[in-house]
Amino acid sequence: MRRLHSLAGLAAAVVVTFMAITGAILSLQPALETASARAWAGLGSVAQLAGAVATNLPGAERLTRSASGMVVAYYAENGTQRAAQIDPATGGVIGAYEPSGFFSFITELHRSLFLGDRGHAIAGLASVAIAVLAVSGILMLVKRMGGWRRLLGQVKGTRSQRLHTFLARLALVALVVTSLSGAFMSAVNFGFIPDGTSLSFAMTPQSSGAAPAAIDSLPALAATPLGDLRELVFPAIGDATDVFTLSTAHGQGYVDQATGALLSFTPNNFWQQLYEAIYVLHTGVGVWWLALILGLGALAVPALAITGTLIWAQRRRHSVRLEQNASWWSARTVILVGSENNSTMGFAATLHNALVAQGERVHTGPMNSVRAYPAAERLIVLTSTYGDGAAPASARHFLAHLDKVWASPAPSVAVLGFGDRSFPNYCAFAEVVQAALVARGAEPLVDLTTIDRQSSQDFARWGERLGEAIGVPLTLSHTPARPASQDLVLVEREDFGCEVQAPTAILRFAAPNGQGLLARLGFKASLPRFAVGDLVGIIPPGSDVPRYYSIATASGEGVLEICVRKQAGGVCSEYLHALNPGDRIEGFVRHNPDFRPARNRKPLILVGAGAGIAPLAGFVRQNRPGRPAYLFLGARDPASDFLYRRQLEGALSENRLTSLDTAFSRVVGGQYVQHRLAAQADEVRELVAAGAQIMVCGGLDMARGVRAALDAALAPLSLSTAMLKAQGRYLEDAY
Amino acid sequence: MKKIIASLLLCTALIAPAAAMAKDVTITTTLDNYSGRDAYLAVYVTKPDGSYDSTLWVAGSKQRYLGDLRGWISAMTAAGMTTLNLDGITGASIGSGQTLTIHSNLADTLIDAGYTIHVESAVEQGGEYPDDAVAPITSAPQQVSGKGYVATLSVSM
Repeated sequence: MRRLHSLAGLAAAVVVTFMAITGAILSLQPALETASARAWAGLGSVAQLAGAVATNLPGAERLTRSASGMVVAYYAENGTQRAAQIDPATGGVIGAYEPSGFFSFITELHRSLFLGDRGHAIAGLASVAIAVLAVSGILMLVKRMGGWRRLLGQVKGTRSQRLHTFLARLALVALVVTSLSGAFMSAVNFGFIPDGTSLSFAMTPQSSGAAPAAIDSLPALAATPLGDLRELVFPAIGDATDVFTLSTAHGQGYVDQATGALLSFTPNNFWQQLYEAIYVLHTGVGVWWLALILGLGALAVPALAITGTLIWAQRRRHSVRLEQNASWWSARTVILVGSENNSTMGFAATLHNALVAQGERVHTGPMNSVRAYPAAERLIVLTSTYGDGAAPASARHFLAHLDKVWASPAPSVAVLGFGDRSFPNYCAFAEVVQAALVARGAEPLVDLTTIDRQSSQDFARWGERLGEAIGVPLTLSHTPARPASQDLVLVEREDFGCEVQAPTAILRFAAPNGQGLLARLGFKASLPRFAVGDLVGIIPPGSDVPRYYSIATASGEGVLEICVRKQAGGVCSEYLHALNPGDRIEGFVRHNPDFRPARNRKPLILVGAGAGIAPLAGFVRQNRPGRPAYLFLGARDPASDFLYRRQLEGALSENRLTSLDTAFSRVVGGQYVQHRLAAQADEVRELVAAGAQIMVCGGLDMARGVRAALDAALAPLSLSTAMLKAQGRYLEDAY
Repeated sequence: MKKIIASLLLCTALIAPAAAMAKDVTITTTLDNYSGRDAYLAVYVTKPDGSYDSTLWVAGSKQRYLGDLRGWISAMTAAGMTTLNLDGITGASIGSGQTLTIHSNLADTLIDAGYTIHVESAVEQGGEYPDDAVAPITSAPQQVSGKGYVATLSVSM
């Protein structure tokens, strides 16, 4: 589905954008015409109008009324035909009729790009492309959100992804309507669908030949409301046997010019009615508000094309290659991946490709896509664990969907967990998955195995055991790809907390001053792009695995600032604490778009302790003065490790920070930050009721305590942090 | 040898009368410069009494819009026609300022005998001119100007 969506989108981006822009311009026409058509009040019958026109324009030959209510009369004057716009209320002449050259030009551009039938074909295919994109897009979104009912839920991802989804949901209905109706009209144009018209050689009936009566007295015309009129052709002057030819919204007929009788009437057939209805749906003629809605929907297309291309490019850059990924219904081996940032996916790809090399039919997909696999003999799950034992992003719906799998005989399973042994709840989610699978009767192929810090050796050893179990020799050699990193120079450091056994350093890095030709020409090396709350990955010497730190600044500020607490035995933190200004490290930025304050004016509640204060201080610094922001700050001793004290006090006086509530644990009557939240439960509750967003940053223990305190505070509102999290109003960055 | 002569004779017998009884006629219709979509044109011949004789060319291929060429349709209807075969005598609609040139083989009996060529024009969301330009079929070249979208109609042979 994604491939279809990407291919169709990329192939059609330019022409679809072109069609959308011209279509959006044309959507203004019905509104402009309706505004200029005047006087809907006092709308009478065709007889009244035709009578008045015949009096005002003695040579009147033909009267047309467009769907927007504009009436045009064609008349002969000195042997030449002229056209005049008519006031539909009075039948008086408003002025000479000049069709808008601008809109005619755009219409032709939109219909055929001035390329004749080839252009018509391009326009038709563009319509089909939009329809395919809309339908495949909505199916992708349903899958991603985990069901139709959650379709309108909070979207996560990069800015492009969120914008793409936001616009697509707004414009979806309009785009489906315009694209399908456009495709229909194109099919009619090429004769794939009948339009219901045929050249009629029925004899035109003749008038009785008696002296013509006054037009406004003719019964058949008097019985036709003006709103139904499409066209009225007057009889030739001086030919008493000629008739009025009357086209209405319902069909075509002839009217005797002496008696006013309706001589014959052919109602529109099914195909004509269908075409008219679809024509109105596509163009919005006569329904100006529909036209404007469709036009606004079309305007989303250029933005969708751009963001879609960006998403595709991002994915391509980060994608790992799966050889011959079999379909879910034919695969004998199914590999499911639970991954927060795709690093587990790299291991899965190695396993996948090794199995395929041994001639196995293998399907690899995210854990969220779990379903019944009819041909599967074994299911292999590779998953990391998010935060405090939770499912990573691509496995969030796994447990809820799991029951579907056991409709058929259970395949045997192998679960491999990825994590870092220095954290509590190491590989906790992998254990949950293993237990859930075994509880449903699955036979383990090998025991639950865990991989510490992406160890290639652990992975290769597990591969050998798995290979023995399934009778396929497996040699897994996976080296985690290192993201491209760049040099950073430490320019400044501030040290805190040594007195309270919590050495913490604020480190500020800048891009190194370049050397060589480019630097002399004035090109400065620059920092990668990042925002407050993004992560910088630092690979300490002698290790393969990066450690991530929250960034407290944005790239526009010219420095990359992080806050590092020295951990006993922590390879990376000891390495960073040993740095002196001027020293260089290698780092790369990983965007963390889900950890950002919402872009609105609702209150912010920021909770952090220790080094976790750093990104929160950055958010406070960037906060617009006046937006309520409440910071709960935890540290050990105000005299030793009160990080960002001056900056936060400055923010209070600038009204970027509404209140600063501190908790110090190593003073008399020491408290943790969760105690301050409990003490302020009433205020927190009020703020959440007013739509506040909560952002928490710090250690896992603190995060657990904060969750408990908040859940207690929110219970009277029948709310919980889990519910706020689902709405994107409770964000946690815990480590 | 006999066979060849015989077939030669047969051929000349077939060709010679045709050569003697028909003329190549060039009918050139040039449109005005106007703003709007391409025009649908019907070029047809009427008898001396004004009734429909034959259709020489129709520019514009969508049935949906052919019905707008009312004068032509009603002339055919009045002549008792019930179907229309446009095979080989239809082409694309004609744009502003463009020229439509038709080469037609007209029987001698039509020339200088009171027959006339009619050009009817219609433009979607624009005007309709049943007898936009009318020219008699004569052995002398004719050039007339049109009332509507047609700037000039010239007939020569």
